[in-house]
Amino acid sequence: MLLFLARRIGVMIVTALCLTFIVFYLTNLPAKLETLAKTQAGSRISDAEVASWLDRNGYNQPMLARYGEWLGVVPGWTRVDGDGDVTGRCYRAHGITDPGAAPARCGLLQGYWGESTRFRASVPDVIPPRLGATGLLMMWALIVMVPMALIVGVLAGMREGSRTDRTLSTFAIASTATPEYVSGVVFIALLASSTAGLSPLLSSWGWIDAPVLFQGNARSALEQITFWNFTLPVMTIALYGMGYVARITRASMAEVMTQQYIRTARLKGVSFANIVLRHALRNALIAPFTVIMLQIPWLLTGVVIVEVLFSYPGFGWTLFEAAVNNDIELLLAASVVAVIVVLLTQLISDIGYVWLNPRISVT
Amino acid sequence: MEAIGWTEILGRMAMQLLPVWLALAVVFAISITWKRRLGLYGKLFDSRVGMVGFALVMFWVFAALFADMIVTHDPLSQISGMRNATPGSPLRDPSGRYEYFLLGGDALARDVFSRMVMGAREVLRIAPFAAMISFMIGISLGLPAGYLGGRLDTGLTFVANLVLAFPVILLFFLLVAPEIQETAIPRVMAGILFIVPVLFFTVLLNARFFTQPARRNLYVGAVMVVGLWAYSGLAFNLDPLGVWGMSPNLLNVFVAVVFVNAPTVFRIVRGITLDIKTRDYVAAAQTRGEGTWYIMMWEILPNARGPLIVDFCLRIGYTTILLGTLGFFGLGVASESPDWGSTINQGRRLLTVYPHAAIAPALALMSLVLGLNLLADGLREESLKD
Repeated sequence: MLLFLARRIGVMIVTALCLTFIVFYLTNLPAKLETLAKTQAGSRISDAEVASWLDRNGYNQPMLARYGEWLGVVPGWTRVDGDGDVTGRCYRAHGITDPGAAPARCGLLQGYWGESTRFRASVPDVIPPRLGATGLLMMWALIVMVPMALIVGVLAGMREGSRTDRTLSTFAIASTATPEYVSGVVFIALLASSTAGLSPLLSSWGWIDAPVLFQGNARSALEQITFWNFTLPVMTIALYGMGYVARITRASMAEVMTQQYIRTARLKGVSFANIVLRHALRNALIAPFTVIMLQIPWLLTGVVIVEVLFSYPGFGWTLFEAAVNNDIELLLAASVVAVIVVLLTQLISDIGYVWLNPRISVT
Repeated sequence: MEAIGWTEILGRMAMQLLPVWLALAVVFAISITWKRRLGLYGKLFDSRVGMVGFALVMFWVFAALFADMIVTHDPLSQISGMRNATPGSPLRDPSGRYEYFLLGGDALARDVFSRMVMGAREVLRIAPFAAMISFMIGISLGLPAGYLGGRLDTGLTFVANLVLAFPVILLFFLLVAPEIQETAIPRVMAGILFIVPVLFFTVLLNARFFTQPARRNLYVGAVMVVGLWAYSGLAFNLDPLGVWGMSPNLLNVFVAVVFVNAPTVFRIVRGITLDIKTRDYVAAAQTRGEGTWYIMMWEILPNARGPLIVDFCLRIGYTTILLGTLGFFGLGVASESPDWGSTINQGRRLLTVYPHAAIAPALALMSLVLGLNLLADGLREESLKD
């Protein structure tokens, strides 16, 4: 087990290095740096000024060297100004100008994540609160999604081919066919519009006080989460992921129900409810567990869409803003977080699979 | 003129879609009559789910084909006084044009119905081909990885996992951008990705016919000529006759979508190959002394077709969703493009007041993807019955 873990973690580190280098490469292309220079130093500067701005800010080194600087394995760039002050990556990081005062290296390994040009703050100040906001959104989405998906899947799979199965399977297929930007738009039009859908009807009957049933904008959820401002984003995320988990649960349940020990239990005269709950459920939930873990990174795309659609300033919204404004260091930090989440969930799903299923061994 | 009600709107839309209904009726009549002779395709008409899915998909295929006959207005032109018009609003000054905006107007006073129909063409121009190229890449790499194993398998699996560990949305933000289009990256990626289908068909035919050099030379030669001709045009925009070509925008989107899809197909093909290569007929072919590529292409691949056809339908649907995502973030689309994703994006600004501009393309996209998923489900059910 330890050897397995060590190997997996080794592969994870190599993968993370490759992925961050790709992100670094794509965000540091000459054309993107030019855009950055223009957003930072004024949009009408000439090509020569762009070149000198890039040179002054240490962007004129080879790509690999700068990747090393960012990681913190290569000494940061330094330059002595005309008046004897020293600037450099590490001097700026610590806000000092005295020669020799700053450490040689400053990067991820030293805990320096860089500055966000979009939010004009240091990256560690930007990411954690937004990650927390997204964590809350994801938590509620999972709380809604997982039980519903499991119930739908188990009900459909316990009697394969029955009418319940057909209805629920069609529902699951429809849910996988509805991406977040479709369901979000439909939900807003149906439940959060003051001119269309259900809200005008309900408010004219006097059933609701507010002009709309739910709010189509979740910005207020940052201060206080209420049922009214958080339902639609949560439902939108949960709906798309639910169908897939439900289908996996159904397939797994249907397979378990054909096993010998289920037949034995039936012949012994155990009631159907008992067979499903006591005998089948535990074994049927092994496959969905892995899928749910693997769904978490997959939900990231949905999170970005939903946070942009409902203007909820979480991690996904930050990622979108960083990408649109070519905020290199924020984008890099965000992708490190995203990659770590992906790799960790993969690892947990593998370990969980082995732990839940004694027939499989890691060696 | 008065605005028309929903009954008349639906009636008029049905009238406009007449070519689609006719084509659907013909296809269904022919298919159901001869369904016993049509193999897996014919069996589809035994399953209700499959038929519904097929009808939905073909509806949009025909809508895209006959889009020029169906649209009521030019999807790009703005008509004065129709900004955010509600569904069924009459034109102020028809003067020879269609009198109504059937599904209303968008924020730039364009006809929502016409844009929705034209959007089908935008999606169906890319999604099936992107899925097809992803499949050929996945098959061409997955078969040897599964069948030969060893270092090749380890290396390819690592690369596939690398791409799969990349959050899709991040890859899109990074890869589909005007700055990237100025660099050589999309062209290089297209150069690598698009050569695979040509190699695929060359190897496929060579493995089968290498004992008959005359036929082999004919087939492989034809594939090489057509393939390299299309390749030069699509990947490098160097087609001397100008038949094949892609705008930098389209190429960028295409490459990104293929890049995201291919590793998943690779994993599926590799898994199936690992299973099939232990079968007796593969051992028989090995004993006969068949070549490695023959066994992979003509023994394993045909027997893996069931799950692959099912996944192909699902993958077109997923590609449609990905294209919608790109459009939703305004990535890699022309500003006026009627594709569904960017129409939803433009419509969402006034969503709570005028929902119709975003709802129409949203429901269109959903129905197409739903159709593809139902079709895949029907195919899976019917192919399992054997």
